[in-house]
Amino acid sequence: MAKVLVLFAHPGQRHSRVNIQMAGIARSIDGVTFVDLYAEYPKLDIDIDLEQDRLLKHDVVIFQFPIYWYSTPSILKEWQDLVLEYGFAYGHTGDKLAGKVFLPVVTAGGPDQAYSEQGSNHFRLRSLLSPLEQTANLCRMRFIAPYALFAAHDAGPDGRAEPHLQGYKRLLETLRDETFDIDAARRLELLSADTLPLREGTTHE
Amino acid sequence: MNSFIFQAFVYLLAAVVSVLIAKRLGLGSVLGYLIAGIIIGPALHLVGNETQDLQHFAEFGVVMMLFLVGLELQPRALWEMRSKLLGLGGLQVVLTSLAVMAFAMLLGQVWSVALTIGFIFSLSSTAIVLQTLGEKGLLRSSGGQSSFSVLLFQDIAVIPMLAFIPLLALPDLARHALGSNAEEGGHHSLSLVEGLPGWQVTLVTLFAVAFVIAAGHYLSRPIFRLIAKSKLREIFTAAALLLIIGIALLMTVVGLSPALGTFLAGVVLANSEFRHELESDIEPFKGLLLGLFFITVGASIDFSLLYAQVWTVLGITLGVMALKAIVLFCLAFVFKLRGTDRWLFALGLAQAGEFGFVLISFTVQSAVLPPELASVLLLVVAMSMLLTPALFIIFDRLIVPRFDRKQEDEADEITEPGSVIIAGLGRFGQVVNRMLLANGYKTIVLDHQADVIDGLRKFGVRSFFGDASRPDLLHSAGLHEAKVLVVAIDDPDRAIEIVKHARRENPHIHIIARAFDRTTVYRLYEAGAHDIVREVFDSSVRAGGYALKTLGMHPYDVEKSKAVFVRQDVRGLRTLAPLWKEDVAVYDNKEYIAKAKEIADLLEKAMLGDRSALGDNAERGWTPPDIAAERLEKNID
Repeated sequence: MAKVLVLFAHPGQRHSRVNIQMAGIARSIDGVTFVDLYAEYPKLDIDIDLEQDRLLKHDVVIFQFPIYWYSTPSILKEWQDLVLEYGFAYGHTGDKLAGKVFLPVVTAGGPDQAYSEQGSNHFRLRSLLSPLEQTANLCRMRFIAPYALFAAHDAGPDGRAEPHLQGYKRLLETLRDETFDIDAARRLELLSADTLPLREGTTHE
Repeated sequence: MNSFIFQAFVYLLAAVVSVLIAKRLGLGSVLGYLIAGIIIGPALHLVGNETQDLQHFAEFGVVMMLFLVGLELQPRALWEMRSKLLGLGGLQVVLTSLAVMAFAMLLGQVWSVALTIGFIFSLSSTAIVLQTLGEKGLLRSSGGQSSFSVLLFQDIAVIPMLAFIPLLALPDLARHALGSNAEEGGHHSLSLVEGLPGWQVTLVTLFAVAFVIAAGHYLSRPIFRLIAKSKLREIFTAAALLLIIGIALLMTVVGLSPALGTFLAGVVLANSEFRHELESDIEPFKGLLLGLFFITVGASIDFSLLYAQVWTVLGITLGVMALKAIVLFCLAFVFKLRGTDRWLFALGLAQAGEFGFVLISFTVQSAVLPPELASVLLLVVAMSMLLTPALFIIFDRLIVPRFDRKQEDEADEITEPGSVIIAGLGRFGQVVNRMLLANGYKTIVLDHQADVIDGLRKFGVRSFFGDASRPDLLHSAGLHEAKVLVVAIDDPDRAIEIVKHARRENPHIHIIARAFDRTTVYRLYEAGAHDIVREVFDSSVRAGGYALKTLGMHPYDVEKSKAVFVRQDVRGLRTLAPLWKEDVAVYDNKEYIAKAKEIADLLEKAMLGDRSALGDNAERGWTPPDIAAERLEKNID
């Protein structure tokens, strides 16, 4: 059993539809530690020791957030600036995170066509998230493809929300049970509910 | 005198012991009182015939109860209930009367007798039902509200029934009864309206009701304010009792139901700032009188008659209750009560009530019912009241669990914004109150200065007069339903009393307390407060922040430094709290002193510039990597 840490960052939870339900799912799964960063640090005064301790106690680290201005909500940047200290997360003595799995779980307002070189956003989602990827690399963590939902505002009405929620549940459970194929996931561009790579021989419905 | 003390002793002892036992067994207080009555009456013969007189006296508890119910009901809420009150209440009385009448005629009674019996059994017990619903916190459920509407209608319907019943007199009996009726004449001599023509009666009645409403609205406030200023608590209590008894008297004089009159007065005063104070003053009287009433019901059961006709009595009792429950259940269906509410309504009101006793004794006097039948009916009414707690137990154990799951699922989404009680409305409480109101939450504010409350009411703040450290006042302000209690008074000892009491009464309530200094923090912590706020701590930190900024520190660094300082200080408090002992002076508490020194050293070091101690936390994270060390490492590689 791997220990999974979900760091959830959503500054406008009253307006959230899908992301807040995903949070509810993460909160309810045994063996998954769920942290609502904005609830814990409403003044952004992040407790560095506590957060580093949390990282040490888990094998999989997930940032769950809605895309804000092509990036994370600000508290996650603050969290990185403070918690990923020199000598802890990077630098020649900073190897405390080495080998852990890192995975962004995001919802985006725009449709997937917009997130391409020809689309209105001009960049692929994956390249917009490259700072996170490189951060993980520097910390010698294993970055896997983001689990993403596009056009999140319409996902409820057009029926994509439910499978996405079920997929998230499956993702968290298989990560915990170590039946998720991490190496396969590292080779993918993005993860979605029907492209979750599971290890052979696992029977997960 | 001796016999009075002895009897008071017997009644109180029986009440205390059996109610405690009944409560412990989860049976509710009503059953406890009834059993107490049976024990001291028919079982042990400790009390005698005075129970009859006591019962009349104790019926006043019902009048007080309706006053209290009225206090809980804003006029607008009453107006919204009008269709239920008339529709549901009216239909219940009419249908039950007719159904019982039909059965009685089937059993061979004359139609007039049958109709009278119908009247008697159409009424339910306001005393038992409201008391039980209140105890179970079901009064606000839709089943509870419907029950209340029906009960209120019944209480009002008694008056026309009393007027109508003499017209049904049996000629045979009437001749016998003539003599006794003449003696009863004194009973009516209080009435003002006797002998007046109909339109004048109506006029007097309307005038009396208008007087109660107008006086309640315009006269009561200045008077109560005056009394509140005198700071004589017992005079306030006396005035509250005077108010109720005065209204009851007025209503009796004009031939209306005292219960109706006090209920109206209650509704009129529901918006008053003295509402909670009135509630907590009247509550114990009401409770004791109702208890006494239930005891007398238990004590008045005629066991010899019961033994003689046990099957008849039981048969009629169960038949009546079943019939009533069926009528109620159908009505609940028509009026769209769902799930547990429908059952609560049908089972809760299935008994006959205390007004049944009144009607029965009245019918015997007016020669409508033969005495032998009346005594059986009396037993049936008492038995059905005795069985009511059993119905509530059925409701709790069998009905509720069946519906529980479903309702839980439904209730999940609707999170009722719990109310907040703010005790004390000085500079501290006012800010708290304003913030909560600005965010759309309901607050109930208590303060012991009548003029403060008066001023706030002008700004539309829901505030009530009263000493918040009085448990009963907190109770009637809704301590049991409230989600949050903010203890904002500036008297540490009283604040601690409030916290202790609230914690004991409602283990789920979240308590936020204002503390004067560290010692108060410890004591409040021990008493069970969740969030403890030192009254000048945060403002002092802000002042310190301004000083740092003026001295040239970057504003962002000032904020960080403030955050770290507050965090360290709270941590320090938490570590010290378990070491602090109420009965040991701080100077004699060695462990405490040692720890306090340790924390002070840490702070001092930080202030003298030792970054490794405390300032470290404010600096960490944004520090760049140690370039020199990295280069050295690379060179070695």
